[in-house]
Amino acid sequence: MNLTLHIWRQKNANDKGKMVTYKAHDISTHMSFLEMLDVLNQQLIEKNIDPVAFDHDCREGICGMCSLIINGKAHGPWSATTTCQLHMREYKDGDEIYIEPWRSKAFPVIKDLVVNRGAFDRIMQSGGFVSVNTGSAPDANATPIAKEKADLAMAAASCIGCGACVAQCKNASAMLFVAAKVSQFANLPQGQIEKKARVQNMVAAMDREGFGNCTNLLECEAACPMSVSANFIAQMNREFFAAGIK
Amino acid sequence: MKLDPKTPTGPVAAQWTKHKFDMKLINPANKRKYKILVVGSGLAGGSAAATLAELGYQVHCFCYQDSPRRAHSIAAQGGINAAKNYQNDGDSVYRLFYDTVKGGDFRARESNVYRLSEVSCNIIDQCVAQGIPFARDYSGYLANRSFGGALVSRTFYASGQTGQQLLLGAYSALSRQIGKGAVKMHTRSEMLDIVVIDGRARGIITRNLVTGKIESHVGDAVILATGGYSNVFYLSTNAIGCNVTAAYRAYKKGAGFANPCYTQIHPTCIPQAGDYQSKLTLMSESLRNDGRIWVPKNKGEKRAANDVPENERDYYLERKYPSYGNLAPRDISSRSAKEACDAGLGVGESGMGVYLDFRDAIKRLGQNVIKDRYGNLFEMYQRITNEDPYTVPMRIFPAPHYTMGGLWVDYNLMSTIPGLHVLGEANFSDHGANRLGASALMQGLADGYFVIPYTIAHYLAAHKLDGMTADHPEFKKAEAEVATRTKKLLSINGTRSVESFHKELGRIMWDNCGMARNKKGLTDSLKKIPALREEFWQNAKVLGENEEYNTTLERAGRVADFLEFAEVMCLDALEREESCGGHFREEYQTEEGEALRNDTDCCHVTVWEHKGENTKPQMHKEPLAFEEVKLVVRSYK
Repeated sequence: MNLTLHIWRQKNANDKGKMVTYKAHDISTHMSFLEMLDVLNQQLIEKNIDPVAFDHDCREGICGMCSLIINGKAHGPWSATTTCQLHMREYKDGDEIYIEPWRSKAFPVIKDLVVNRGAFDRIMQSGGFVSVNTGSAPDANATPIAKEKADLAMAAASCIGCGACVAQCKNASAMLFVAAKVSQFANLPQGQIEKKARVQNMVAAMDREGFGNCTNLLECEAACPMSVSANFIAQMNREFFAAGIK
Repeated sequence: MKLDPKTPTGPVAAQWTKHKFDMKLINPANKRKYKILVVGSGLAGGSAAATLAELGYQVHCFCYQDSPRRAHSIAAQGGINAAKNYQNDGDSVYRLFYDTVKGGDFRARESNVYRLSEVSCNIIDQCVAQGIPFARDYSGYLANRSFGGALVSRTFYASGQTGQQLLLGAYSALSRQIGKGAVKMHTRSEMLDIVVIDGRARGIITRNLVTGKIESHVGDAVILATGGYSNVFYLSTNAIGCNVTAAYRAYKKGAGFANPCYTQIHPTCIPQAGDYQSKLTLMSESLRNDGRIWVPKNKGEKRAANDVPENERDYYLERKYPSYGNLAPRDISSRSAKEACDAGLGVGESGMGVYLDFRDAIKRLGQNVIKDRYGNLFEMYQRITNEDPYTVPMRIFPAPHYTMGGLWVDYNLMSTIPGLHVLGEANFSDHGANRLGASALMQGLADGYFVIPYTIAHYLAAHKLDGMTADHPEFKKAEAEVATRTKKLLSINGTRSVESFHKELGRIMWDNCGMARNKKGLTDSLKKIPALREEFWQNAKVLGENEEYNTTLERAGRVADFLEFAEVMCLDALEREESCGGHFREEYQTEEGEALRNDTDCCHVTVWEHKGENTKPQMHKEPLAFEEVKLVVRSYK
């Protein structure tokens, strides 16, 4: 099939940027969305046009590197799916597709569709860990953990840090990302000792980075490729409230 | 090149303890004076950087991705082995050691493998303490599953995302140190050369992938944890960015490259669908716990899988290897799939596939249990193929996945360049000619958390601080070389895309240095590869400039290195005149078609030394002695 693509082109962080229209030819329905962009880029290179820069790496939906707002939706139309796992059978011949980078002040554009998500790393550095040095751990089975708790922690921990939650939220809030990490540890015995400081430090770091506030629209949950539940935001709010009580 | 494995003396079970006592230490107050450069932020690099910073060293860590959390370790699905024996099913450190040596087809160093098995238990303890949500039974205790090449259940897992959870654990530990200022993280940075001064590794040259800036970094020791080179095949299960550049640059500066021909072709991947395909997707080997592999007994079978009656199906692994069945090791499973497809029994449009069928397991256990165990893998399969594996058998085919070969290291994980240490998949040491499932995560974390923190101190303590700076002429020279090479790539001004060169190289390697190799194919490849390389430097099309975010330039540099490295791989495969593990030479097989090892002539590690451009590298051998595990023919029947 042939497609019309409208893609955000921006040479670098200082460039103003604009939407540019391209025709993509000979797209197979079996291709992934990123393979479709590979084909477009090969066609651009043939014409000596700078290929479109986009972030990607594992191409199996787990590294969290790929991004893209596709027709207004973070990671495109399929639920619980990263851009790299979206396949072209979703589209038909003649479709027009608008492709933009993540939109958030805290994720500045580096080039075209590539943004800087360093803010997420800095939030993690402020408290997204259990402070255990290598070598000081007791036997792994010394502390049994109820399966339901371990499963809940796993559901939170499955966040891939892609930033779709921020990109989809009209406030560009990072609540779901932060809540996932706070809740993972809050549901495990290993996370208890530092839980107050963790939630306070991570929330403060989130605010420092310029992410917006949460107004409970739950766009984040809908956009999340790992289906991380917005219930974790409620849990983080409880943890934050409890941490403030002396 | 001198290959001294520095294996400690005494019984294998006591070596690591003895060695830890024999090694030199550094006073806690002095550690902060030493700077260590860690290239790569996956399980090995991330865990090493975090642990070394905890100990007090100044650490700089580099990755090409936008965050250390993206390293390709994240994609490992199935699990991590440890000799905990929580299942009371007869496991022990010794059995894990034995299984790993045997699984590697007796081509790994016993002492290293024993240490790996020994520290495996500490890894699980450490990871649980970090808050990694491993799967648990209703009792609240840790759950295990079994993996290929083992008759015990020793694999710990976190849903189908074990690699992700272990990496995020290491990333958390690393983030804590970055937050404290103990680690300086350099993201979107690619190592393009290593600087050797007075015979010691003293630094690296990197290119900032956003600005193009070439930078020198000075250190007292360098650690490479840069993963494997499966992308030499173009299509592999590796992330698109995985490359051999860092390891290959080190090789060109004098580090020996060991067993480059040992590559692992993973049996359970989703078959290729078309020419445009950019990568192959792996389905965890854990699926083989419940899925049964089969092909139709009749050539040209046209019926849908579910319409093929039981007596017309060949469950070939169960038939050929009754005791291990569908859990036969990876090399054996892959080769059997290839045999079936070569015999015209393959399934799917291309005929390059075999069935992995869950019908019986769903009947026995119910769909919910299967969903609980493999839900995310089934979803992934459906998203890619548009087929529902709960009702239609999966189609799978082998794909390049892991490389056992890598830079040669001694017992201290140091390469032949003093001060240059190599961890994880990037080194060669623990898996011999074939890696068992769930052992890569184990090795990455063993090297990073529990081995290098001890052995690097021993190296550093023997060398006085000397105030080296990046003004040293060797740094200037290396910077200039990197800049020249980049300029050269940008000035080729050819007409053929970098991608198409990579694809052609991949095809040559897959056909001739893939699941089966022979003398003729390898000899031909050794002519084709230099010709392709020549064409690359005449006709590759690399657009743009250095001083920008330039993905074509990045890719071109990596492909250029693959085009040189592929030759070393083929040379190694040609020189190894036996079949062992992942290396199957068609000339060396039994009448039944099983691999025929040659312990008389080939019981060694082959190490290649770079001798200059367009010159044949020199071959060295490290003999392997098996004192604990008796050399036997590997049988999984």
